[in-house]
Amino acid sequence: MKASLVIQRGVAGAVPAIQTFVVEFEPGQSVLDGLRLVRRQDDPSLAFRYACINANACKECMMLIDGQIEYACKIKLKEGETRLAPLPKKALVRDLVTEIAPPEERLVRPAAKR
Amino acid sequence: MNPVKPLDLWMHIEADVLVIGAGGAGMYAAIEAARSGATVILADRSLIGRGGATVMAQMTVAVALGEQTEDHWENHLSDTLAAGRSLCDENLATILCEEGPARIREMDDWKVGWARENGHIKQAHAPGHDRPRCVYVDFLATGPAVSRTLRTQLHHFSAIRRIGDLMIVDIVVRDGQACGALALHVSSGEIVTLAAKSVVIATGGLTRLYRRNSASFNMSGDGYALALRAGAELIDMEFVQFFPIGHLAPRLVGMDPIMWDPFRYKLGGKLLNGQMQEFEETYAAQDARSDGAYVLTRDRATYAITKEVEAGRGSPAGGAYLSFMHIPPEEIRAAFGPVVDRLAENGIDLRHRPIEVAPIAHYHMGGVRVTPDFATNVPGLFACGEAVGGANGANRLSGNAITEALVFGARAGRSAAMHARDRTSQWSEDAAKPVRDLLAGAERREGPNLADAVARLQGVMADKVGAFRQAAPLQEALVEIDRMRLDLGEAPRAGCAPFDPELMDWLDLRNMLLVARSVTEAAISRTESRGAHQREDFPGMDEKWAVNQIVSLEGDRLALRQLAPGGGRRA
Ligand SMILES: Cc1cc2nc3c(=O)[nH]c(=O)nc-3n(C[C@H](O)[C@H](O)[C@H](O)COP(=O)(O)OP(=O)(O)OC[C@H]3O[C@@H](n4cnc5c(N)ncnc54)[C@H](O)[C@@H]3O)c2cc1C
Ligand code: FES
Repeated sequence: MKASLVIQRGVAGAVPAIQTFVVEFEPGQSVLDGLRLVRRQDDPSLAFRYACINANACKECMMLIDGQIEYACKIKLKEGETRLAPLPKKALVRDLVTEIAPPEERLVRPAAKR
Repeated sequence: MNPVKPLDLWMHIEADVLVIGAGGAGMYAAIEAARSGATVILADRSLIGRGGATVMAQMTVAVALGEQTEDHWENHLSDTLAAGRSLCDENLATILCEEGPARIREMDDWKVGWARENGHIKQAHAPGHDRPRCVYVDFLATGPAVSRTLRTQLHHFSAIRRIGDLMIVDIVVRDGQACGALALHVSSGEIVTLAAKSVVIATGGLTRLYRRNSASFNMSGDGYALALRAGAELIDMEFVQFFPIGHLAPRLVGMDPIMWDPFRYKLGGKLLNGQMQEFEETYAAQDARSDGAYVLTRDRATYAITKEVEAGRGSPAGGAYLSFMHIPPEEIRAAFGPVVDRLAENGIDLRHRPIEVAPIAHYHMGGVRVTPDFATNVPGLFACGEAVGGANGANRLSGNAITEALVFGARAGRSAAMHARDRTSQWSEDAAKPVRDLLAGAERREGPNLADAVARLQGVMADKVGAFRQAAPLQEALVEIDRMRLDLGEAPRAGCAPFDPELMDWLDLRNMLLVARSVTEAAISRTESRGAHQREDFPGMDEKWAVNQIVSLEGDRLALRQLAPGGGRRA
């Protein structure tokens, strides 16, 4: 089976680009599995956050999947198109990566020092 | 080729103690260091409390509380030493067992929510323990609860600064002493330097080195590589624990891949080969240590499944079937409880279909060599948690790893704070320069896909340095590892910052190849079979190998030496 991942890419402040990758999959595989396959087979520069892969415990892989906020490791790949975009209400870092850490756990650029 | 913008030095931060890794061990270390009066930076390459094994563990925590039945930490110690097959560092194993109850009760005071029954903390009986000893949080929520509880405690200490997205690239050593570290701030793509009087490695294990594993993305063994390059020693690197019936297929998300074990134990799940035939009996004849409830012990089950697959009798995904189809549906429901519904979300119905299981890399017994104060041989450098080697010897009892993380974390935090007291910062820009230059040299260049290279290395380790080992494949693995190291090149490969996954792959491979080499060299050297290290060409334990192997980095090659286990009441 083949899934088309239609992915919004780019950094903050730039016009986002849309890129489509096609991956072969078996029923049950997750969107995160698909994204990891894209990095191995097509484009290693694709950025997305994840840690636990199987456990659905780290909660790092949140993104917009077909317009809904979901965990990429929980949603299964399907035949045809799946649209992926970064979380809408979080600051964009790059591609599907946003700032999701609590603010006090982030390093922020010292305001005046540069 | 586009030149990339050189990585800039972005920020310099100072504290008494730097803790690298925010799993159970790192968070406890930060709390204890702060309680001992130190200022602390708690850094994680992922998000705080989310990146490693702790948050993923769903099962049990071994500790002699004596709540379920009478118990004493010395009983726990006997079981731990027996599993370790004469290789445990008895000092570390004693600390684990003796101080476990205090940590587990402190977690209880902090409202972790250990499961209770008739007014006492409930303790389950897990394989290898002589009595019910393992506490847990229902339902399969142990790790998430432990993580959440420690995260909440961190908030009570203004002396602890938590920083996520901070990947430590190297520890900075000046005149033989640890004085801080240099990090890549992943989400800005810039360099951060960290000055600290004490540095604590709490980076967890290395199971991401293997194709089939229970690891998170962040478990590449960074801490072992950081320690080696800083001049510290590793111990027992050949002892990687494989869990025999890890989940293989169908794809299952939201569950710990080792979850099948207690259910198999409780219900008598059947292992079947690809021809749907039971095969355990074939291997059981050779097994002297069967404990009754299982036909085969864990090591033998791993062996049996591996051999069935090699003989062409594997299940479609390359493992064995585990079937509960012979169990009445009410019993399945009663044993699995709400887990049945989570399985259903994944399209798994145990009444009608077997699942597939296979041995998966699950835990690392080896690690950084430490004293009972969790100090390494590099002054100012400490380690704790799964990153430490020695407490569990050649094999680990189930439930010991979380206890180890909490107990060792607390100890290491205290020692690090004591070391920092009355000392001035030894930070030196010059000492940090080599690694700063390394990162500044990151360049965009053509080369093999590094995400794929990680997968290739995982294949090499699984096929040649896996659960069953032999001289020739081990040697082939070394050749492949060396070739991959050459291919990787000396300058980091960059893609697009910020959040550059190619640069992360490059840095991961730099560590993984060094760690893979240390596992492989130690495995080649140990010409016997003991605990988790099984040599098909050297079956059986050999008394003269009742020694630990110590690994250090000399120039760019690894040195191995053998040493009698530490801290023994044993002669
Ligand atoms: C799926 C699973 C189930 C398990 N179940 C059990 C169980 O039921 N009972 C039990 O006792 N044990 C269990 N274990 C083992 C146990 O969970 C671990 O041994 C223990 O949690 C390790 O804790 P830790 O704090 O040492 O490491 P971890 O919790 O792995 O934390 C290490 C942290 O270090 C960070 N890190 C790594 N490298 C760097 C770097 N370069 N820079 C910055 N940060 C870094 C990681 O992101 C991570 O957050 C299980 C393990 C797994 C994987
Ligand atoms: S990868 Fe951890 S929750 Fe999705």
